[in-house]
Amino acid sequence: MAARPEHPPAEAANDPCGRHNAGGTPPARRSATASEMQPMIAELGHYALMLALGLALIQGTMPIVGTRTNDPVLMSIAVPTALAQFAFVATAFTALAICYVISDFSVLNVFENSNSQMPFIYRLTSIWGNHEGSMILWVSILTFFGALVAVFGNNLPAVLKANALAVQAWIAAAFHLFILMTSNPFVRIPQAPFEGQDLNPILQDPGLAFHPPLLYLGYVGFSIAFSFAIAALLEGRIDAAWARWVRPWVLGAWMCLTVGIAGGSYWAYYTLGWGGFWFWDPVENASLMPWLAGTALLHSAVVMEKRGALKIWTILLAILTFSLSLIGTFLVRSGVLTSVHTFANDPMRGVFILAILVVFIGGALALYGWRAPLLKQGGLFAPISREGALVFNNLFLTTACASVFIGTLYPLALEALTGAKISVGPPFFNATFGPLFIPLTVVMPLGPLLGWKRGDLLGAAQRLLAAAILAMLAMAAAFAIEQGGPVLAPFGAGVAVFVMAGAVTDIAERTLVLRLPFRVALRRAIGLPRSAWGTAFAHFGVGVTLLGIVAATAWGSERIAEMKVGDNLDIARYRITFTGLFGRQGPNYHDIVGRFIVRRVNGDLIGVMEPSRRTFPTRNMTTTEAALMTRGVSQLYVSLGDPLQNGNVAVRLYFKPQVLLIWLGAALMFAGGALSLSDRRLRVGAPQPAKTKAALHSAG
Amino acid sequence: MTRKQRRLVLIGSGLVVLAVAVALMLNALRDSIVFFNSPSDVVEKHVPAGTRIRLGGLVKDGSVVRGSNLSVRFEVTDGKNGIPVNYQGVLPDLFREGQGVVAEGALDPGGTFRADSILAKHDETYMPKEVADALKRSGHWKDDYGRQAGASAGGGGK
Repeated sequence: MAARPEHPPAEAANDPCGRHNAGGTPPARRSATASEMQPMIAELGHYALMLALGLALIQGTMPIVGTRTNDPVLMSIAVPTALAQFAFVATAFTALAICYVISDFSVLNVFENSNSQMPFIYRLTSIWGNHEGSMILWVSILTFFGALVAVFGNNLPAVLKANALAVQAWIAAAFHLFILMTSNPFVRIPQAPFEGQDLNPILQDPGLAFHPPLLYLGYVGFSIAFSFAIAALLEGRIDAAWARWVRPWVLGAWMCLTVGIAGGSYWAYYTLGWGGFWFWDPVENASLMPWLAGTALLHSAVVMEKRGALKIWTILLAILTFSLSLIGTFLVRSGVLTSVHTFANDPMRGVFILAILVVFIGGALALYGWRAPLLKQGGLFAPISREGALVFNNLFLTTACASVFIGTLYPLALEALTGAKISVGPPFFNATFGPLFIPLTVVMPLGPLLGWKRGDLLGAAQRLLAAAILAMLAMAAAFAIEQGGPVLAPFGAGVAVFVMAGAVTDIAERTLVLRLPFRVALRRAIGLPRSAWGTAFAHFGVGVTLLGIVAATAWGSERIAEMKVGDNLDIARYRITFTGLFGRQGPNYHDIVGRFIVRRVNGDLIGVMEPSRRTFPTRNMTTTEAALMTRGVSQLYVSLGDPLQNGNVAVRLYFKPQVLLIWLGAALMFAGGALSLSDRRLRVGAPQPAKTKAALHSAG
Repeated sequence: MTRKQRRLVLIGSGLVVLAVAVALMLNALRDSIVFFNSPSDVVEKHVPAGTRIRLGGLVKDGSVVRGSNLSVRFEVTDGKNGIPVNYQGVLPDLFREGQGVVAEGALDPGGTFRADSILAKHDETYMPKEVADALKRSGHWKDDYGRQAGASAGGGGK
């Protein structure tokens, strides 16, 4: 594959009459084979997608009929159809991928978003760097999860499994139909052009390889929880085991979404040229909302699994989380917002996705309103208990989520109703999300230290004394060192340290590391359930991220200046010297590079930074390529503005203290999730502790 | 505590948090929303000086004057009216004469718009939706903008 891509452009160059010029001279032999072969691939993909739709319809109806008529054969149809559906969607995805790799510009989607001069990796990632292709990725992941449930759900109750796979198929059918009717990536152009229009240069970045797939794994992964919730409502039966089956899926989706969001944030940070890492942009909020709801779901499912309580609430959260994923898809894909994520505007698509939203969210909530009161209530617990703390967590997470929801959708609603155009920016979210998130983080270390059912608040608080003292010291230190910056910043840093120290306290308390000999404590640490380590890692990660956010926003510095060759600019403890501009040719772009020498203020040489202005001739578009220099977990950041007439450059220089902690924290959250997922008690489809071993044997 | 009391505690605390959240949101909505205005809106509605707004339109051809220390002056027009804008800083990659722009800031008493941010765009064919609508209203929408926006495979603008 890797060797092939160079051929089509070469052909195009050597054979100006073109292999697709119907009335022209007969094309060369090799291109004739190519033109006979290539048309098949796109049509094959299109056909596979139609078959997938057919299979989804079967998978969405037959198993449900089976559960109603008690017919095990009809119920079991769900498994092979789910697998076959995935196979066909994967075929469609592969077909599109081949069209991109061989640069088949007779496919409109490839022509509009690819270019034979693009490096191989970007030709591949541009599959989902556009609306149609990203929807193909969406359904690929959706059916992939469906197939996983089919394969690994061997010990699920037959009725639950049949219903859940059927619901999964409804979602898939809706999106297959959406793609086929409004967003078909396999449409041909009658007269194939020789060269593609290129991918938006902003998207020609390694970030495109990771950010969308991870985000979609998260979004779509929550569909499993949704399907299981609907299945439970259809069946009218739910127990603690339900949470045990659903939790690994939620955890996996949450992990992917966490790093997906963090990756997107880092991408925006280094690519947009002004060092911001979060903009409260509607498309970012679209991914944050399912994350907040999913985090709440993750925690409420623990209560349900361990204590049989909060069942009805957990079902609601499962529905809401995926609903927010769908709303996110709607916001980003429908064209109601204009952003780098919104690839093209087509009113038909917006209406179609809106219809999907109304049917699925409305239907699910209606079913919930009808069936949920029939479900059996769960156990009792005192307000001060582990359950109580998790309810607190849920309360604040969902309220914070609601504030993001309102801030994101209010401008759209207002414009639709009154025509007034407003923007709700960072000040709104800082004033609402911040005050709601801080109590959550302050209480976070308490939760794991409280017992189930009835907790000892005083005891837990005493055990957190060391953490609290550490937090106070951090606060005082921050106050003393960073005299500038907002007054609240040292407080934020203190909270962050409290969360981190609280996570460490939790592990210390469980291993008794300070009270027992070290070797005994070590053995206890190894013996701890991995989910306990997972909790500690993830909570520690939240503290790390919070510290990074506080430090980078409150204590960062910024210089914007016009510089001529030889000029110095000081920032924090560093001095950069502009030594001149030079040109550099890339594969499909040209760089104008500025060279800056970085020294300490006292003169020690540290290194060189080379930010550039990158021009892509195919789209006549220029992007800013910032240069970053990492110092510990802090970063220096230089980006160039438009060159000025007098030969000087406009320079933006930032010092971002502790900025890398933001993403490091997300990585820790991911690691915590992974640890917890590897806990054998959490293995997919382990119904009861007694049966776990047998289940593991049969699954492994 | 009985089951009923516990549920009351739960629901009560939920309502308290919700009430606080609603208060926060209402307060924030009052203070921190920014209205979008075209130059004609600014003239017709007599937007008072000092109020934060977003001003959107086209950068008038030949109006960009660069001063010292990265200051720049240009005029934002919707064909009917024009508002002079002052900005100091680095302009976004796709800031060009004759192209759409959205500036955020406030009018000074002299009628000049002092922008503290010029919104970045991500694609040469992209026209901010607000600007497109404003141009349509003032009757200065040209078809090729529409075609560009429609054909744009990667609109953008954070």
